[in-house]
Amino acid sequence: MRARSALGLLAAGTALAGAIVFVRTKSAVEREHVDVYFADGSMVSLEPGSTDGDRLLPLARRAIAAARG
Amino acid sequence: MRSTVCEELGDDAVHAGASLGLGPVVASPAMDAGQALADLTEISAQIESAVLADHEGSVVASTLSDEDAAKSFAEAAAELLSAADDVRTEPGSEPLVQVEGAAYDGSVFVAKDDRHLVAAVTKPRPTVGLVFYDLKTCLRMLEREEEAKAAKATKTATRRRTTKKKTEEADDESA
Repeated sequence: MRARSALGLLAAGTALAGAIVFVRTKSAVEREHVDVYFADGSMVSLEPGSTDGDRLLPLARRAIAAARG
Repeated sequence: MRSTVCEELGDDAVHAGASLGLGPVVASPAMDAGQALADLTEISAQIESAVLADHEGSVVASTLSDEDAAKSFAEAAAELLSAADDVRTEPGSEPLVQVEGAAYDGSVFVAKDDRHLVAAVTKPRPTVGLVFYDLKTCLRMLEREEEAKAAKATKTATRRRTTKKKTEEADDESA
């Protein structure tokens, strides 16, 4: 009885962790962004909604579209 | 002294297999810009197309068969790079070296050195580090080729000068 409830708890915990990882990965991957890298190794990530992000994202989309004809 | 491109690729576990197959081609000193780009798309399966241009967006070489598309792509990449340069404007800030723009239908990567920029388009969710590594390798190959050409030109000019001097000396002696 005790072993069964422990197993159930473990299964529930694993499922929850899996769901969190899935949602986080999906949201991170599918978000549009522009990452700008500098000579010292630093990087600035610009998201839509920020001033620079809204300025650079259309240029990135235009470059992709241009390459695909 | 720097290691060869093949040695550098060989050090990278993910690229080791590719470098083994492409080693002699990648390391060729006589490689031109077009060949460098062709190799780039060959070693990086994630790259759909690529263009090499100067900082103003004038095309040097491209994997695109359509010249107009290559021109538009190079200009858009140069514009993206130029616009990204304004992200950090504080005095003394480090210069920009590369940019990745990720959209829903793909990503664009632009890397630059002192003279050129190389831009590539990939499918969505690329391995960012590897794509940038491949772009920089392409720029290094081009730089090496230009250095080799410059060295050869200098050597030829020196030889011509020496030959001319010897001829003049011989003429003087005979006169």
